[in-house]
Amino acid sequence: MNVLGFPILSIMIAVPAVAAVLCLLMPGAPEQKAATARWLALAATLIDFALGVVLWTSFDIGGAQWQFQEYAPVFGRFAWAMGIDGIALMLIMLSVFLMPICIGASWVAITKRVPEYMAAFLLMETLMIGVFASQDLFLFYIFFEAGLIPMYLIIGIWGGAERIYASYKFFLYTLLGSVLMLVAMLWMAREAGTTSVPALMAYDFPAGAQTWLFLAFFASFAVKMPMWPVHTWLPDAHVQAPTAGSVILAGVLLKMGGYGFIRYSLPMFPEASAQLVWLVLGLSMVAIVYTSLVALVQNDMKKLIAYSSVAHMAFVTFGLFAFNRQGLEGSLMVMLSHGLVSGALFLCVGVVYDRLHTREIDRYGGVAQNMPGYALLFLLFTMASVGLPGTSGFVGEFLAMMGVYQTSSIAGFVAVTGIILGAAYMLYLYRRVVYGKLDKPDVAAMLDLSKREYALLVPIAAVVLWMGVYPQSFMQPMSKDVGFVLARLDPTRPISDAQPTAGRAVVPAHAAEHGGAH
Amino acid sequence: MSTLSSIALTAPELLLSVGSIALLMWCAWGGDAATRTISVVAVALLTGAAFLLLGPAGYGGTGFGGLYHADAFGAFAKLLIYIASAVSIIVAPRFFADTGSMRAEYPVLILLSAVGMGMMVSAGDLLTLYVGLELQSLAAYVLASFMRRDTRSAEAGLKYFVLGALASGILLYGISLVYGFTGTTDFGGIAAVFGTPAEEPVRLGRLFGLVFVFAGLAFKIAAVPFHMWTPDVYEGAPTPVTTFFASAPKVAAMALLLRVAVEAMGPATEEWRQIVIFCALASTILGGVAAIGQTNIKRLLAYSSINNVGFALFGLVPGTALGVSAVLTYLAVYIAMTLGSFLVVLQMRDARGEPIETIASLSGLSRTQPALAAAMAMFMFSLAGIPPLFGFWPKFLVFDAVVDIGLWPLAMIGIATSVIGAYYYLRIIKTMYFDEPAEAFAPSGSKVEGGLIALAAVVVSPFGYLMIGPLGLISLNAAKALF
Repeated sequence: MNVLGFPILSIMIAVPAVAAVLCLLMPGAPEQKAATARWLALAATLIDFALGVVLWTSFDIGGAQWQFQEYAPVFGRFAWAMGIDGIALMLIMLSVFLMPICIGASWVAITKRVPEYMAAFLLMETLMIGVFASQDLFLFYIFFEAGLIPMYLIIGIWGGAERIYASYKFFLYTLLGSVLMLVAMLWMAREAGTTSVPALMAYDFPAGAQTWLFLAFFASFAVKMPMWPVHTWLPDAHVQAPTAGSVILAGVLLKMGGYGFIRYSLPMFPEASAQLVWLVLGLSMVAIVYTSLVALVQNDMKKLIAYSSVAHMAFVTFGLFAFNRQGLEGSLMVMLSHGLVSGALFLCVGVVYDRLHTREIDRYGGVAQNMPGYALLFLLFTMASVGLPGTSGFVGEFLAMMGVYQTSSIAGFVAVTGIILGAAYMLYLYRRVVYGKLDKPDVAAMLDLSKREYALLVPIAAVVLWMGVYPQSFMQPMSKDVGFVLARLDPTRPISDAQPTAGRAVVPAHAAEHGGAH
Repeated sequence: MSTLSSIALTAPELLLSVGSIALLMWCAWGGDAATRTISVVAVALLTGAAFLLLGPAGYGGTGFGGLYHADAFGAFAKLLIYIASAVSIIVAPRFFADTGSMRAEYPVLILLSAVGMGMMVSAGDLLTLYVGLELQSLAAYVLASFMRRDTRSAEAGLKYFVLGALASGILLYGISLVYGFTGTTDFGGIAAVFGTPAEEPVRLGRLFGLVFVFAGLAFKIAAVPFHMWTPDVYEGAPTPVTTFFASAPKVAAMALLLRVAVEAMGPATEEWRQIVIFCALASTILGGVAAIGQTNIKRLLAYSSINNVGFALFGLVPGTALGVSAVLTYLAVYIAMTLGSFLVVLQMRDARGEPIETIASLSGLSRTQPALAAAMAMFMFSLAGIPPLFGFWPKFLVFDAVVDIGLWPLAMIGIATSVIGAYYYLRIIKTMYFDEPAEAFAPSGSKVEGGLIALAAVVVSPFGYLMIGPLGLISLNAAKALF
């Protein structure tokens, strides 16, 4: 048992699950049911957030690597094993922080089949916490894969016009990726004789097998992440999903890919990671330039932000495969920051979409005049997305670029162009929507943010600034765990191309050979 | 072993045979008015037979000089068969009453078929195997054409009979070849001969026998390329009969295949492995692709059963106890999923009470009958093998067994084919949840069927995972009886 005296992780998983069942079984007239379901969902997500705060405050920074561990061998072949380190803690915090906001964002936007909607979201929260908290290989897989079901329903039932195509694409794409990972997991469990994730993280798989295992896991995480060229499900899913669905998709589900890399791929297959670093960095380089350019020409606000997500995720992979502390910490910060910022941006799109029912950028313009509050918050999140110092976006991207430059100067160079392009498409979006002439009567008729919308966006804005000004609160719990991953990676760390070399002038041949080794 | 103790081993079959003959007499004199009572007695007989499995019939060993094996493997399969048969009897009266074609013989035929299936899974000799198989099949041919005035039902019966007879012929030809080249029909004896090296012509002869036996059995489990009859028969047969076909005989034939492959031809694993791999892959791929275009829910479920048989066959590929136990677990979970989904199909009737079978009629079911739609969605996700539903677990186990013998490339391909299957299962869910409601079904009103659906739904729900421990233990124990 842990310091709190009760199995907090299991309770955090159970609370939304129970609330989901209650939402569905609630008796009463349809409107009454809808109202009850909304309050029930809000209550359950707030309870989970409160538990999350308890979890964070009682997490012993610098203490044991795995805390709040639970173990119950109830499934025969695998166990209900829970436990978190700093990395999982931060991602759980991100999930429980965004969930009440998602419920709030759907408060009036969703009018049909509310109990089912709330149940799907609560189920989603259960599964997200499960993914980050599970310490058993197969338990992780079950949570990881099960997330497809509620998301499929959310996109398919409450999505836009092309929702059915998008829901299929989302489901089948991610399913194909993850089943290959399952076979790899089966092999690993046999080889290592355990399904415990901490034990597997310390197990040295044969170098020949590592490549295959890495590729199988890569198939799953790269789709989830998503990385170019398997990112195409993301724009479709985002555009069709309801606002809250997009928030949770961008905010948390994409983080599962990055989490998978840092929890599974890097520490379990260090040699393969080092060997295939060219692949990951190569794909990331293409992604960051290509998807940024694609984002630049979008007319649909949500699609633009979806492509910007792919570009931002490339920073995550850059940082992860930099094999150094700056890179890893940077990519974790990008994950947290992107979760908040892209979530907030989707909410901003949702705000105007609820008023005008279109996401077409050209239909807007000049809203700064009639919606000053909105324009201010939107500006803050735009700047955070661009990576302005003082916002959360800067810390992570800067560290990730610094990290990757040390490993590959070319990748570092390309990554920096991503910043420039990112600024271009975000500022271009902002200019077209917020500035300009307020010449469209329906746009001019839009009201500024309501109290509810302020309540959704202001907390995110506060955290974005907190993370930008004092990132230490977020980095400190993770830094020790990053150290553990680095210790696994150290023996195989690829040699950097960006290091000082001795001058080319009159150095004797044998000295030149040794000169590059520092 | 004395004849008397041999007879004790066959107690379940004995009970069912005597019971079914007695019930047949009752039918003759009582007429169709006695149907309800006969059904109740038939279910009671099946329950009794299931309890007899706790006795010597479940562990007693070999009887009748090797013709009959009473072991944990047979008991496991029989339990599943009896459950599926009982459910098929329970759901029938309401369906046939609506169409006015209920006959008192229906439960009797199911019982006779159950006797045959019991013999199949306990056979220790090629001849008991064949007798059991024919008893099961003959009852099934009649059942397929049970609605005599319905042309589709008659067509299904005829098709099933003609193709079934062909398969029996192939199987018999294989049996005669095996007998000719090994000199015995006893499973143990055949295994001993297959285990000894032989001259090229003799080896080839044995191989031919093996191929024909496997082909005949592949027909019975409806594995591709011997699956052609399945969609037509499933569509044409009355829905309770289809429920039966998709569940009990599937288990029996699969268990029979396992026993023949391991007990009789275990030493020739290398030879039959390629056949099984081909059938498994072909079934999962074709079962997935061909289902996509279907508009009739029964045809779709027929392809779904082909697909699932393919996955179960992957468990046979290694030819190990682990693999066999995975197949047994697969069958247990498959029974729950299949019975559940067919029970939902049985609820599909229009306002006048006529049964409907189009997938389109399921449109918007989540709004007209949310509980039914939720149950169906669970069965579909489960058949597709998506966690956290329990249908994921048997797929996990069969591929685990394949990986265990180092065939991980096969596991990769096999598991990737499950994505094809997922597509059409998703289509059902899409129809029920995303589409605008069609005309609502007539309310079911049957508490028993509702209860059975709920029970099946609980089994495939995540609560099913709590059964992993005991189920794994029982199925491994059953599988070890073959080795």
